Amino acid sequence: MASPIVARITLPERARRGEVVTIRVLVRHPMERAIDAPGLTPLPRKILHSMRVTYAGAEVFRAELSQGITANPYIEFTTLAVETGDLVFEWEEDGGATYRREARLVVT
Amino acid sequence: MIRRAAAALLLLAGVAAAADIRPSRDFLSPELRAQQDDPSRHPGWLWVEEGEALWARGARSCQSCHGGIESMAGVAARYPAVATDGALLNLEGRIERCRTEQQGEAPFGYESEPLLSLTAAIAQRSRGMPMSVATDGAAAPFLERGRAFYETRQGQLNLACGQCHDDNAGRRLRGDVISNGLGTGYPAYRLEWNTLGSLHRRLRACSLGVRATQLSLGSPEYLALELYLAARAQGLPVEAPGLRR
Repeated sequence: MASPIVARITLPERARRGEVVTIRVLVRHPMERAIDAPGLTPLPRKILHSMRVTYAGAEVFRAELSQGITANPYIEFTTLAVETGDLVFEWEEDGGATYRREARLVVT
Repeated sequence: MIRRAAAALLLLAGVAAAADIRPSRDFLSPELRAQQDDPSRHPGWLWVEEGEALWARGARSCQSCHGGIESMAGVAARYPAVATDGALLNLEGRIERCRTEQQGEAPFGYESEPLLSLTAAIAQRSRGMPMSVATDGAAAPFLERGRAFYETRQGQLNLACGQCHDDNAGRRLRGDVISNGLGTGYPAYRLEWNTLGSLHRRLRACSLGVRATQLSLGSPEYLALELYLAARAQGLPVEAPGLRR
């Protein structure tokens, strides 16, 4: 089952139907890009390789993250306010772990 | 050469004129400055939130004595400060002392995640407030030691702090702009580190840069220097948690 993860999700408290809302996500993760070189202790890659966001049940955003992306990545996207509902943020990590956070968007 | 160095020393001897010293944010790129001002895009806030949670955690929490963390407003602007027993403490040192003496817990350790988080959360409460450290009385000898450290040429490159941070502030070095070298933004999220770090960690990077001995975190030399840097920043706003290259 998906575990919680430290993240800062910023979205407007309320939006009007049809309004474009900006959603900002900062997630705490080391995004370990793997170490393998002579003299160093090898470390496997361990990054959040994908992020998926659903809003009121429908997918509104998906990103494939590569190992070139910084630790504690920041992602910003926009979506259209259609109805009051939960935005569900899901991340998949190398090794199969999944993380999940939710935020509510109130539409008037 | 000697005369020039002596003249430079004289110039710095009167506490550096505030007009010459600009806040660190002035040296950031416009993009980075905007990001530093925006908590929704500033990764340092991940630590601030963690620190605020730590503030209230446990039976003998910080909150049980101090009340809400908002009571810490203005505190970071007054540190480093001399404690009643005559020791110079920076914010990290003050927290560690509180932890061992008041809470009866083991110290977190310099540069540990919980200490960085708590320091960031407390310092953030002074964001925008003018630095106002005490430089007289018990602090005077420490300030003098810090000034001497700042003005002494060090390392294989034989450079004093001011040769970059006063003489060449605003010019570029290693892909970044040289600032006036204030500590007002620390603990800061440094993109190079990919994490939040203390001022002393940054000072170690400076020591390495001039190929001098890197002193340990919390060492008396760095503490005295931190006080001198705070005195240089007198009246300039606290920026912590800062965002740096």
